[in-house]
This record gives sequence, structure tokens and C-alpha cells, in this order.
Amino acid sequence: MNIIFSLLTIAVLIVLAVLGAGTIKLDFLFGIIFPYAAVSVFIVGIISRVIKWAKSPVPFHIPTVAGQQKSLPWIKSSKLESPSSTPGVIGRMALEILLFRSLFRNTKSGLIDGQKLVYGSSKYLWLGAILFHWSLLVIFLRHFRLFMQPVPSFVLMLQNIDGFFQIGVPELYVTDILITAALLYLIYRRLADAKLRYISLASDYFPLFLILSIAATGILMRYFYRIDILKIKEFAVGLFSFHPSVPQGIGILFYIHLFLVCVLVSYFPFSKLLHMAGIFLTPTRNLANNSRMKRHVNPWNRPVRVHTYDEYEDEFRDKMEDSGLPVEKSNSLERN
Amino acid sequence: MIKELLIKNKSKIVDKWIQSIYNSYPPEASKFLGNRKDRFGNPVGYIIADSAEKIFDEFVNNNNNERIKLLLKEIIKIRAVQDFTPSQAAGFILSLKEVIYKELELEVKSGNYFNEFILIDVGIDNIALMSFDLFMEAREKIFQLRTNEIRSRSMKIID
Amino acid sequence: MSESKLKPEELAGNIKYEPKEKDWLDPSVEFKHGVFNYSGIPKNVEYLQQPNPRKWQPTDKDWQLPENWKQIILEGLRDRLHRFRSLQIFMDICVRCGACADKCHFFLGSGDPKNMPVLRAELLRSVYRNDFTLASKLFGKFSGSRELTVDVIKEWFYYFFQCTQCRRCSVFCPYGIDTAEITLLVRELLNLIGINIDWIITPVANSFRTGNHLGIQPHGFKDSIDFAVDELEQITGIKVDAPINKKGAEILFITPSADYFGTPHYYTLLGYLALFHEIGLDYTWSSYASEGGNFGSFISHDLMKSLNAKIYAEAKRLGVKWILGGECGHMWRVIHQYMDTLNGPADFLEVPVSPVTGTRFENTRSTKMVHICEFTADLIKNNKIKLDKSRNDHRKITFHDSCNPARALGLIEEPRYIIKNVCNNFFEMPENTIKEQTFCCGSGSGLGTDENFEMRMRGGLPRANAVKFVKEKHGVNFLGCICAIDKATLPPLIDYWVGGVDVGGVHELVGNALIMNGEKERTTDLRGEPFSE
Repeated sequence: MNIIFSLLTIAVLIVLAVLGAGTIKLDFLFGIIFPYAAVSVFIVGIISRVIKWAKSPVPFHIPTVAGQQKSLPWIKSSKLESPSSTPGVIGRMALEILLFRSLFRNTKSGLIDGQKLVYGSSKYLWLGAILFHWSLLVIFLRHFRLFMQPVPSFVLMLQNIDGFFQIGVPELYVTDILITAALLYLIYRRLADAKLRYISLASDYFPLFLILSIAATGILMRYFYRIDILKIKEFAVGLFSFHPSVPQGIGILFYIHLFLVCVLVSYFPFSKLLHMAGIFLTPTRNLANNSRMKRHVNPWNRPVRVHTYDEYEDEFRDKMEDSGLPVEKSNSLERN
Repeated sequence: MIKELLIKNKSKIVDKWIQSIYNSYPPEASKFLGNRKDRFGNPVGYIIADSAEKIFDEFVNNNNNERIKLLLKEIIKIRAVQDFTPSQAAGFILSLKEVIYKELELEVKSGNYFNEFILIDVGIDNIALMSFDLFMEAREKIFQLRTNEIRSRSMKIID
Repeated sequence: MSESKLKPEELAGNIKYEPKEKDWLDPSVEFKHGVFNYSGIPKNVEYLQQPNPRKWQPTDKDWQLPENWKQIILEGLRDRLHRFRSLQIFMDICVRCGACADKCHFFLGSGDPKNMPVLRAELLRSVYRNDFTLASKLFGKFSGSRELTVDVIKEWFYYFFQCTQCRRCSVFCPYGIDTAEITLLVRELLNLIGINIDWIITPVANSFRTGNHLGIQPHGFKDSIDFAVDELEQITGIKVDAPINKKGAEILFITPSADYFGTPHYYTLLGYLALFHEIGLDYTWSSYASEGGNFGSFISHDLMKSLNAKIYAEAKRLGVKWILGGECGHMWRVIHQYMDTLNGPADFLEVPVSPVTGTRFENTRSTKMVHICEFTADLIKNNKIKLDKSRNDHRKITFHDSCNPARALGLIEEPRYIIKNVCNNFFEMPENTIKEQTFCCGSGSGLGTDENFEMRMRGGLPRANAVKFVKEKHGVNFLGCICAIDKATLPPLIDYWVGGVDVGGVHELVGNALIMNGEKERTTDLRGEPFSE
């Protein structure tokens, strides 16, 4: 059900683009208004979301650590898995954000000949995730060759690396293959694994299909239905430099691509895709394991009812004295 | 000889039997249990698969009650604390019958091995009865351990 | 009677049990005895001034919730979203990748899909989405949101009291989403409308009143310490001093109360007493703060704070320099990650310095409370105590990392260093079941009751299974641990799944090996069991 709903939504979006940009020729709307609107929604949405997160304080110092603490000087502490200092935290966060450290932790154990214990890894999820995210980033950066004139040098470099194999004309980008394969795997595992099928919502399938559709239209434009790259560049540079002009005769495929990107970008702040921003703020990862070294202050620390020692002694004074425990205020004189 | 056929078809029979045991769990879990390679990451799946295979071997080859009992106990102990009725928890052994008869359908229908199938039938029934004993044993153990806890806690309060 | 027309497989179908796949958004819980905890008794709910005290049980159809229960929950949730960034972020960023799914001991032992950490959190998230986000208004049920109903509340009760706050899932989550945090906050919400369990409420009430969760009054506390002193004298021939409420002592010692009232905790207590005597520690026990374990931390931040307040208050009253803490799990989570924030600053204390070795415990310079394993490891490293490893030769030992010391403190090598110095036979369990990946005992965070016994056996299976492996492979017969809940609940767990393995604390092993100055010829360990020849 969830998956059908997601597919239908994508289909409706494509039909909208075809009808809107192709049939009714709302070029201005699809070519200029939507992109600006989407980016505005994205920026405002992300910023307001991050502000909302940041407004909620971090009352307690609750990192989840995954290694030896820094305690006695002769015990080697794990600086990245249980960092006690800021550089360590930065390192831990970098491992998490750039290399998906926690997903890499998945191990599976097995026995060889029923005796020898071995550990294999179950790292498909890690592999799929890391290929997808890195490819997406490279592809995103590569697109700057369309937005900017002259093309920045890092973009040219990326392009060269990405097209390293120099297969075909135009040369094949490795990331195009990788992102498609990774997305197909990520969709596959949601369907093939009963656990995941059970937990997956429409909002889990939808972004996967959406990005896959964007990748597919992009690939079609680059490798199969060659479109006029110069016109696109002219249009993109115009958009990017706030001198937009409605592109002429680019073809419907481009509009579908652009429209889906707009949908993705504006969907971002309202969805789980926020994890991109949220990961920086997660208190179980971005705090150092120095809880006993440095006092963490809770801004709303509020008074609670306590049972004071005096109240305690008042209740139990006789029993305490009878059993020879020291007390603050003795009753024994009065009792005698 | 049926014994040879059972040995020859062992992997198919055992796999199907194990699968039928997994299928008694919610579908989202049964698939996961089926990944039985990880002895520590997936103890339930592993213990069921490992013990079931050994029970089958023992049943076919020696049919030593004591050995079967030990193996059976491993599975029963798990199912005795899970969400099963007693018949579900202990009756999983009966599905082995079904699997064997389906796998050896031709032989069953031929009627040539009547006596041997009777032996299988009786043998599995016998194991089923053992399962019920073991199930009760496990439940009694649970109640005994529970009672011990209640007792030791109330002792502290009385003290 | 007509002849049965059923085919064999149809007959067999009667005993088959193949549950159907259901949508998790439909709440459905069946309360079967053995897998849930009884409700908090009204007397103690009232004593703690918590909402809606009444007689009820989860098996009742009507839970007698206050009329505006829904409003209370939703407002409580809004309030907590504003106060806890953790909650706000954990609600927003989960991508349901499933990395946590098979990491929970309750899922592994029960096969119940709602025990997958991701789904446990979704039980709350679905309500969050419904009432706090735009998505549900746009996409309805497809956004995975649902209306908060009484059945949802019942489901929350069932599954959030089926999480031991062990945080194993959080280690594997790419965003560190911490189910313990979500569980604690949902329990807080439930408590707002009077839904709680007795094995939390009554211990909290007891701790509040008497200082310890069993409700032992001061004279009873003193009796049991005195009794332990006598018993230690019988074993070692040495009468140790165990001062209580002594003003001006250098160190206040806080340990879970089970140490002086539970078995096998008790042998660890004997170990402490022997060790403190041997190094001539100037310390004191406290009857007012006679509980390290904080049952409040299982249900609300406020109750956690009110119980925890006793420790610093007592340290101040007695005028000690710093605090030493015994073997305990959840207690150490609270001390390490909460105490200073809740009840600090501890500016009336000094940075802990070991009076024996002179080591300054820099890692505790703000909170000023040292873990006994840190303290003892330092003693051993500096050769300040004499140890005879062979006195533990009758033990083949493995070590169970308790969840909180491992995943909140990173206290991993200290206990191992001690164990390796007090015994000759130490064997690790498999890698993915120890250290930061350790499996819970299945009974933490207030779930260790007899009425919940079957759920505990399910949850503890992954741990027991690893113990069984080292037992079969190396002949392990002793499971060391540093947590009071472990010591209480691992023995029946191991008895059920494995058998033949004793459970005990690390300082019990220290006490066995410790050569005391002037001791009589020792023939038995602290349990009275003879040393091996």
C-alpha cells in the first residue's frame, strides 16, 4: 500500500510536469517560479527547523559511548569512540557523517566447523548508504558546471575523476551508475526484508523513488536523448545569477527533471530527509564523554520535592538512637 | 528402505520443517529468524535450526530418546517463554510428519513401506509426547524460579 | 459419524500457528500474565504525590484514566519537545533504515516486531506526526500518523515497559537515536495520567522515605552491615570497622542497597568491607543515602532528581571530601550523566584523590564521585594490595559488561584489569555480545519482577546464549558483573537457559583473592565454598 501510494504520487508529479510544461506551456511557472519557490521553501524550511531544534535545550549530557573512557592515565582510552575532548568529538562526528561509522559496526558472528568463532560483517546497508550519499553529493556538485560561468576548477576536477573510465560519448560518469545501483538496492532491501517492509512508510519509499526518477531523467538526457546543453546552461546561469529567462525548446524531459528536483527540494524540510541537518545536533553523538569532568548545566533545571535528612531523622530518630547510630538532634535526654 | 530416503532427502526435509517452525512467528520476524548464520546475533533462529537438524539426525539414525530429549529441550525452553499456547509451543514436532509425508509422497502412496511409515508415525508421536513433558518441565522451572523470587523478596521484608 | 473428509494437511492445520501480517499502526496488545508488570499501588503513588492514584491493573478493560487524559498527554509531549532537544530530534530524523531492528534483546528473544527499537519509537512518533507536524495533514495515514487513543496508550504501556533502557540500539544507529531517552520520556507521559508499574513506584517511595528501595529502616540497615562484618570475621578472622553516618570521614561510600540485602550481591559487600579495611580507608556508609540505584530514573527526570539529591546532601552533611560508588548499572548512568547537572555543583567537595596511591581522579573532577572499579584498578596498578590469584582457581570466569557502565561511562577495561589480576582463568564471551555491544540481562529499568518473568527470560536469551557458549567451550562457571540488577536477575536467567554458572560481583573476586594482614588461614571463598586444591 505504502509503496503503491509513493509510486502513484511520483506518476502524478510527472504527469503534472508533462501537462504543465508540455501541454499548457506554463514555462514561466515551471522554469522560473517553481525553482525559486522550491529553493526558498528549502532555505526557510531548513533554517526554521534548525532553529526549532536549537531552541529546545540539551538538558542532560547523554552521549552513547562505544569505547573505553578516559579515566586512569595508564588505561588507553578510545579517542574516537569515547572522546573526552572537542577534537575527539569532531573526529567522531566526522567519522559518523562522512563514513557512517555506526552503520559500519554491524557484525555477524559464525562458527567454522562448529568450533572456531569468526566475525563476518553485514555491511550491505552501509555500502548502499555510503555509495548513495557520496554519489548524490558528487552529482550535486557536478551540476555547478551548469550554474556557473566560468566553471569552477573543483567542478572540472570532480568531473574528470567521475568520468575517469572514459567510456562512450559523452563519457560515462561512474556516479550515475553507482547512485542508480545504490537506490535500487535501498529500495530492494525495503521490499525484500520482512522487517523493513513492516516498518517502511510511504515517506520512506517516496524519496527513494523521487530521487531515482530524477536520476533516471538526468541519465536519459545525458546519454540517450541528447538535449541542448548550451540552452540549459544559459537557463541555469540565468537562474543562478537572478537574471532568469524562460528557456525555449529544451524539451519535456528537462522539465520533468527540473520539476522533480523542485519537489525534492521543497519536500526536504518536512520529511525525514532532515537527518542531513539533524545529525549535527544529535546529543548522543555530539557530546564528549566528559560528564564527570565538566559540569553540564540544564537551563530549566527545576526544583523538585526532596526528603531532607532532617525529615528522615525526625521519622526514625528513636530507632537510630536505639541501634547506636549517630543523630543530629538527640531525643535520649527527654526520653530518660 | 525409508531410512535411506530420509537421509537422502535430509536437507529438503529439515529445511522445510525448520521453515514451518519459523512460520509460527510473526511474518516480520520469521524471515529474520531464517537468517540463522549468526549464533549470537540471532539466538532463537540459530537454536531452532541447529537443534531441529540434530533431532532429525538422531531420529533417523539412532532414535536415542535421551539424546533427542536434550536437543528438544533447547527449542522447548525458548517456546515455553514466548507467546504460544501449550499445543503451539510443544506441537511443532508434528509438522515434521507432515513434511516427511509430503516429501516422500510417492513412497507413501505406493503402500510398500507401510510398516516403516507406521514406525515413523509412532516415533514422532513419541517425540511429541516428550515435548509436552519438556514443556511442562520448563513451565514448572519458570514457576519455581518465580516463586523463589517472591519468597526471597518477602523474606527481606519480614527481616 | 460420517467419515472425515479432511486431508492430512488440513488436520495438521489445526495445530499450525501462522500469524498474519498486520499493519503496525493498528494498536493491539494482549496482556498475558508473565509478560507485563503490575501497576503501582495507590498508597505509594499518593505518597509520592504523583497523579491519579487508584486501584487498577493492565488486564482491566477500563484503566480509569482522567477525563482529559488526551489533553494531558499531548500537552506533556509538547512541553517535553520544548525541553528536550533529544526528543525533538529523535522524532524528526529517523529514516527507518533498520540498522537497530535486530539489535534489541527483546526483539531477538521474542520475535515481536514491535520490539524493534525503530518501531518502539514509531509508536510515539506516529502520534507526534499526527498532532505536531504538517505531513499528517497532507498525507493522512500515509505519513504514518495515527490518532492517540486509549488503545495506543495501552500499547505504549506494554512496549515502553518492555525496554530496559540498555541503549544497545543507540550504538548502531547512524544518528545515535537513543531509545532509552524515548522510553523514559514516554514513561513520564504515562505517569502523568497515572500509568506506572509497582516495581518502580514502590521502590521510589521506599527510597524517598527510608533511603533505600527495599524500605529498610536505619536500624535494619545497621544490623545488616554489622551482620556482614561478623560474617567476614568468621571467614577471615579479622573484625573490620564499618562506620555508618560518621561525620568527618574522608570518603562517603554509596552502593545499591541490594548489596547488603540480596544474594549474591552480599558477597560483593564482603569484598568491599575486606578491601576498605585492608587499605585503611577512612570512609563512612550512610543510612540516609543508603541506595545508589535510582529507581526514579526509570520513570521521570523529576523523581530521578529527588532521589539523587540525597547523595550530595549527605556528603555535605557528613563533611566528606569525595564520594566512592559501588558496583551498579543504572546508578552509574545517573551519577555519570545526570547527578552533577541535577543536583550539583559539588563545590563543597574536593577533587577525589586516592588516599592510598595519591592518584588524582581527574576524570571525576567536577562530579567528584569515583567508580569502585576505577579505584581498585588504581590500587592494583600501584601494588598497594596483596592478591593471591589462585584463591579464585575454582572459578572459570567470564565478564558481562553491564549496559550502563559500558555505554554511558565507557568503563570497559577497569573491571577487566581487576579480574585479570585476581584470577587465573578468564574467558571473554563473543565479541558482539560484550563491551559496547553487550547484551542486557533483560530485566533492567524496573522490569525485574517475578510477574514479568517470561518477558525477562525472552529478553535475557541473547546474553544467556553467549554465556552458554563460553561454558561449553571453556568450562566457565562464574559470570562476573558490576550491576545490582544483574546480580539479582542473571541467576534465574542463567539457571533457566544454561545452568551451572554462578553470578557474582567483581569485588567478590577481589575479596576472595585479597590477602589481609593478620588473616587466619583461609580455606574458603567469601561464599564459604572451599578453594580448589
